[in-house]
Amino acid sequence: MAQIFHPSTNTISRVSLFGALFFLAFLAWVVGAVYRSPYVTRQYAPIEQPVPFSHKHHVTDDGIDCRYCHTSVETSSFAGIPPTKTCMNCHSIIWRDAPILQPVRDSYRTGEPIKWERVDFVPEFVFFNHSIHIHKGVGCTTCHGPVGDMPLTWQATSMHMRWCVDCHRQPAEQLRPRSEVFNVNWQPPPNQAEWGEQLMKDYNVKSLIDCYTCHR
Amino acid sequence: MNSGKQYWRSLEERAQSKEFQEWVHREFPVDASIWEDEVSRRQFLKMMGASLALAGLTACQMPQEKIVPYVKQPEEIIPGKPLFFATAMPLSGYAMGLLVWSYEGRPTKIEGNPEHPASLGATDALAQGSVLQLYDPDRAQAVTEAGEISDWPSFFNDLDAAMADQRIKNGAGLRILTGTVTSPTLSRQIEAILRKFPAARWHQYEPVNRDNIRAGSQMAFGEIVEPVYRVDKADVILSLDADFLMEGPGRIRYARDFANRRRVRNGQTAMNRLYAVESTPTNTGAVADHRFSVRADEIEGIVHELSGGSPTRSWVGPVLRDLEAHRGSSLVVPGDQQPPVVHALVHALNHALGNVGHTIIYNQPVEARPTDQTESLRELVNEMRGSKVDLLVILGGNPAYDAPADIPFAEAMTKVNLRIHLGLYQDETSWLCHWHAPETHFLETWSDARAFDGTATIMQPLIAPLYEGKSVHEFLAAMLDQPGRKSHDIVRETWKLDDNRWHAALHDGVVPDTKSRQKNVTLRKFSAPSSPSHSGTEIIFRHDPGTYDGQFANVGWLQEWPKPLTRLTWDNAAWISPVTAHRMGVENGDVVELKYQGRSLEAPVWIVPGQRDDAVTVHLGYGRTKSGRVGTGAGFNAYTLRTADAPWFGGGLEIRKTGKHYPLSTVQHHQNMEGRDLVRVAPIEEFIRNPSFAHNEVDQPSLYPGYAYTDYKWGMSIDLTACIGCGACVVACQAENNIAVVGKEQVAKGRHMHWIRIDRYYEGSLESPDTFFEPVPCMHCENAPCELVCPVGATVHTDDGLNAMIYNRCIGTRYCSNNCPYKVRRFNFLQFSDIKTPSRKLQYNPNVTVRNRGVMEKCTYCIQRIESAKITAELQDRRVHDGEIVPACAQACPTRAIVFGDINDKASEVRQLKAQPHDYGLLVELNTRPRTTYLARIRNPNPEMKT
Amino acid sequence: MPSMPPPAEEPVVGPGYTYASVTEKISAIVLTRRTPRFWWAAFSTAFLFFLLLQVAIGYLFYKGVGIWGINIPVAWGFAIVNFVWWIGIGHAGTLISAFLLLMRQEWRTSINRFAEAMTLFAVACAGLFPLLHLGRPWVFYFLLPYPDTMRLWPQWRSPLVWDVFAVSTYATVSFLFWYVGLIPDLGSMRDRARNRFARALYGMLAMGWRGAARHWHRHQIAYLLLAGLATPLVVSVHSVVSFDFTIAIVPGWHSTIFPPYFVAGAIFSGFAMVLSLAIPIRKIYHLEDLITMRHLDNSAKILLATGLMVSYGYLMEIFTSWYSGNTFEQYMSHNRMFGPYAPVFWSVIFCNVLSPQVFWFKKMRQNIAVLFIVSIIVNLGMWLERFMIVVGSLHRDFLPSAWHMYYPTFWDLATLFGSVGLFVTLMFLFIRVLPMISISEMRELVGEKEEEAAETPAGGVS
Repeated sequence: MAQIFHPSTNTISRVSLFGALFFLAFLAWVVGAVYRSPYVTRQYAPIEQPVPFSHKHHVTDDGIDCRYCHTSVETSSFAGIPPTKTCMNCHSIIWRDAPILQPVRDSYRTGEPIKWERVDFVPEFVFFNHSIHIHKGVGCTTCHGPVGDMPLTWQATSMHMRWCVDCHRQPAEQLRPRSEVFNVNWQPPPNQAEWGEQLMKDYNVKSLIDCYTCHR
Repeated sequence: MNSGKQYWRSLEERAQSKEFQEWVHREFPVDASIWEDEVSRRQFLKMMGASLALAGLTACQMPQEKIVPYVKQPEEIIPGKPLFFATAMPLSGYAMGLLVWSYEGRPTKIEGNPEHPASLGATDALAQGSVLQLYDPDRAQAVTEAGEISDWPSFFNDLDAAMADQRIKNGAGLRILTGTVTSPTLSRQIEAILRKFPAARWHQYEPVNRDNIRAGSQMAFGEIVEPVYRVDKADVILSLDADFLMEGPGRIRYARDFANRRRVRNGQTAMNRLYAVESTPTNTGAVADHRFSVRADEIEGIVHELSGGSPTRSWVGPVLRDLEAHRGSSLVVPGDQQPPVVHALVHALNHALGNVGHTIIYNQPVEARPTDQTESLRELVNEMRGSKVDLLVILGGNPAYDAPADIPFAEAMTKVNLRIHLGLYQDETSWLCHWHAPETHFLETWSDARAFDGTATIMQPLIAPLYEGKSVHEFLAAMLDQPGRKSHDIVRETWKLDDNRWHAALHDGVVPDTKSRQKNVTLRKFSAPSSPSHSGTEIIFRHDPGTYDGQFANVGWLQEWPKPLTRLTWDNAAWISPVTAHRMGVENGDVVELKYQGRSLEAPVWIVPGQRDDAVTVHLGYGRTKSGRVGTGAGFNAYTLRTADAPWFGGGLEIRKTGKHYPLSTVQHHQNMEGRDLVRVAPIEEFIRNPSFAHNEVDQPSLYPGYAYTDYKWGMSIDLTACIGCGACVVACQAENNIAVVGKEQVAKGRHMHWIRIDRYYEGSLESPDTFFEPVPCMHCENAPCELVCPVGATVHTDDGLNAMIYNRCIGTRYCSNNCPYKVRRFNFLQFSDIKTPSRKLQYNPNVTVRNRGVMEKCTYCIQRIESAKITAELQDRRVHDGEIVPACAQACPTRAIVFGDINDKASEVRQLKAQPHDYGLLVELNTRPRTTYLARIRNPNPEMKT
Repeated sequence: MPSMPPPAEEPVVGPGYTYASVTEKISAIVLTRRTPRFWWAAFSTAFLFFLLLQVAIGYLFYKGVGIWGINIPVAWGFAIVNFVWWIGIGHAGTLISAFLLLMRQEWRTSINRFAEAMTLFAVACAGLFPLLHLGRPWVFYFLLPYPDTMRLWPQWRSPLVWDVFAVSTYATVSFLFWYVGLIPDLGSMRDRARNRFARALYGMLAMGWRGAARHWHRHQIAYLLLAGLATPLVVSVHSVVSFDFTIAIVPGWHSTIFPPYFVAGAIFSGFAMVLSLAIPIRKIYHLEDLITMRHLDNSAKILLATGLMVSYGYLMEIFTSWYSGNTFEQYMSHNRMFGPYAPVFWSVIFCNVLSPQVFWFKKMRQNIAVLFIVSIIVNLGMWLERFMIVVGSLHRDFLPSAWHMYYPTFWDLATLFGSVGLFVTLMFLFIRVLPMISISEMRELVGEKEEEAAETPAGGVS
């Protein structure tokens, strides 16, 4: 009786059998990698805005304090997006006819708000409060990245829960003096570790990892 | 959050200010074009905190959201922080003071105003539900002419024309029909109209009215006065068919005063005593120390016996002796449903007992123009039939639906040339009118109203009108040729207050020194025309606890709210006694025919222990035909049996079995405790003898060291002596925590979602059982059985000992619910939450996730309030004060039966309560170590009447 | 003197079979003989129910578990009942193939193949339900320990997590065991198949089996090893399943007797299912000589034995609830017997306690009709038992105010019968394309018989 299979089949089948295992493992790895990749998280991706607002210019060049625009950051859960009025405070005097500011002037005239693209996004089952983080000595740049160097703003972190939890477990590594919270050029000192410990005592910072801290 | 509490100073700038209008226009879907575009809708959802089905869609990109700032930010608004406004809710004209939470200009939650005498910080279920009514998409949204959409200008043209005719004939054909009016502004306007049109008439009608009280005082004193009870001063209270803890303008205040006299503590054993004589079971009867069941028409005889007649009933003697033993500190309360003569006799009795001026005082009437409303309506109907009326203006109310059956209002009004109805809904009355004009909700307008003791509140709008409604004041202004006049100006004109006092009044929610003046009345001889005692089965009418007189029929929360005694939802039913049921061979839900005075009505029965065998109780406020998606078609309309001469009870009812069945949905199927030690009760003597009779701390040994709760340690204590089972907490919780309404069918399946329920158990004989209420929220067990079995850790313990439920981690195995001995967990079996209706979304509390299909949920002790209080405290570098965190249930509770706080705080009230000897935990033998514990119910029966 | 089988005992193979004839008889069913009309009828009926299952699942995912009758307090309904029932049925397969193999019970040979198949398919059905009953099935992977972006793990104390591992292990091992057993037969199928496609297919599955001594040697080792692995699972898997209940504090669940009592119940129902399948099949395919009365008789005995164990379980539950003095437990037992679900309890007693008692009599054990009917009754009874445990315990637990009845909806039933449809569909596909009796092992058996015959001279004196 004629052979059904060519002798090579043996090798093929062996290879494919073992290969399958490795292939599956590889696949799992790819899925994990993609899910963590900036493509999914939008990390590092500068976001087009209706007005090409440059934090770099306003913060670093002009030295405007964060709180000038994000007024409620110290008092409310929501840092606050400046109303058009705030822009006009200056731009009714300087760059008053710069074409790129046309949308701002339109908004001010028509009362139609500017629709900014959200940069840092947390899902609605996460309740984040800016004021308490500020109060406990967590700097703006700790989460929002080097805002002072951002011509167009981008999301500086993965915003994965893992990232939140890591800091909530080890706050000491990220704390800075309250006076430095709004300093965009802040660099942690070499002895951040023990210094952070000290700040934790001073500011009564606890490591909050109860689910209710963020999910309600 | 409470400490960050910031009352509204003056609203007019805001409510009128251009930017606010702009902003409202942008923010609110119903009249905002921007709503159409997907983008802002998303942003909107975000602000609502509504849960998009994000969880699980993991493989796709993070959604890109837009963020929409203000153009010019109203300075009072800090995004993300709530504001509080003081206002008041009028019910049958009488005000209840409120504080309302507002987020970015959206009222989301109603709370009581501590400054207000009728509230003292508490509310009832109706007030809690009213905020949902504000956002009801079924509310009238446009002016309609004969059902066709029209607009205000064309309406006013029509109105002006009609008014012009009236001017010629001095308004001889003009009739205005309102409900009870206590509002100074409203009455001022109406009086102005009457001055302008001398021949015009003003009629008032409320289906749930106080005619008997007025007539009673008229009879006893020859003048109309407003009796106000000082329950706080009463040691012995005798209620004669009066559900004074649940009904009437003073109910919440009375409940608080009543409970304050019953807070038995270690070493504090003095408590008042309540006798309830009643014709049908009520909450007042349930919490009474003695309850006597009599026919409604026997009450009069009993008053005679008490006022010196010869006692035929064994208990009258002891009760009378007890009352006399407490001269000046006793109180006899007649039921609003009892005829005038009973009220008159009781006035005399209280006089005789020397209670007047102590436990009962008489005030100037609160109503602007006290009227016998039934007569007033009869008169109007007669005139209409006689075609004497050309222009009928109905301001609120729904007489076509709720007028007495023998006063054919609906039929008569067709004889009127021009009929106008101003109301919240396109209801039965509007459909019979030429014009229907949408009225503003009380949270949308400026107005004023007075409380049971006369205290006035200036009501301020929390939000610009969602629909194109006008307030009754603006409406009347138009009738007075002042079209376009704003409510604010009209109200301000009434109260000639300078800015500071005006702002103070707005801030406090009460206008200083507006209490009605006390009146010294002299009892005059009156012949008591004894009302005919009737034979045969009695029919008893009561307003429904949920829909009231029918005006709340379209409020889902109140429909699904289990009625205090029956725990029935979505329907009313004819209450019959177990014996009657057995005799007729009917069961719950079997339909019977009620024949009364030649009229008949089919209704499903509900068997109520404690109901008399010779009485059937029906509740008004159901059977609406033109209500809305929620209310239309629910229940049966008891108004069709109710006559003007006997509005509250009458004899000669025939009841016949029809063989039909109508499914009723209840949330409790088993009524007794099966001998389990769930509600612990003892008479005061036993408490004195053995204070810790109920205490059952069983300390099971464990190999593991217990967790030391070093920081905060939250706990709750519920005083079963104080709880009157009113159920305000249930609706308050629903409002605060975005709890879904599931509908009648789902309730029948056992899927209602309430986080706190009030179990109601019966004990003893079916004729006169003892009734027990037991509020059951999550116990937050320290050894929580639910946590052990969750495969994904979606329910876990926190450092402060809370049992956390994490919706976005939950995969819905429902194992936790199976393992919860208290069965307080609720599951979203289907997509119950409404995440579609735009106006509905406005009410959602932005600090609480709206749960979607497939996740478990339960009481969190209002974690959002705990967390924000903790953050507020941390921002000020201090600890959370005791009483700074008040969960929604505790906040709403009229009797302050629920207390929450930090057990580690030595000074905290909750710690004191848990230290009481009669503190006990539910099912502690299971070693769950519940954080919610109860204070056993202590009763104060008359030693002379030991049975 | 070689041991003669006791005269009373019937042979496990009919007389006059040779290697060739055995092989021919079994493989012919798949390869040559035309598919009997019955197969088509049965298969298509089963397939219809399978379709129903798919509809039910589709609607379930669209609407949510609310389409079922479950509620609070009865948050678990048919889904869990079916899950436990199917897992239980699976057990007989493993028991027969692995356990009896190690015990050298030769009579197992002719039924082990489809018993194993039964296991596999039963586990497949069972595996569905834990997934379907989730409120949010799309996040089922939260149940698995994987390196996530949330720094979270499953909650290891929860029996449901143990289930995930127990069931997946069980499925894997059962499959391997079944497949390894198949390899030699796939070889012979490949050699006997006529059409090219079939040969190629069997060829691939046979993995180059040549029947060489080396192959046989390794095959035997692998097979024994797997048997060794599978045997503990017979006990462990259903014990773990029983933990779903015992860990909880619900009266009627919180009981230490559950693990053994569940395992016994599993084997009980499993053997019932074996009989329910074997009896019709041997009739239709005329396999009376391969699946002999001996097999049926033994299975019946096992039914009787395990039936008695289960009865003991019932008895002990009632006794302990009384003896504990715990009012909740006592009420549970009373409610079980006289409460709203009392009919379920009494049918359970009839099906699982009374009906197997007929097998005390050989006559009954030999009566095909009786065997078949009782096996069906037992299957039913075991399903009801799980219903009694799950629903009967939940509907009235601690606080009377929360008590509520449970009524199944159309979709509950659709899912149950749909899963039966899936099971039968797979079963018939298996019969159609694979040798339902192990050819190689039957050959061994025949071989042994011939040797025995050779050793004893005709009409031998002893």
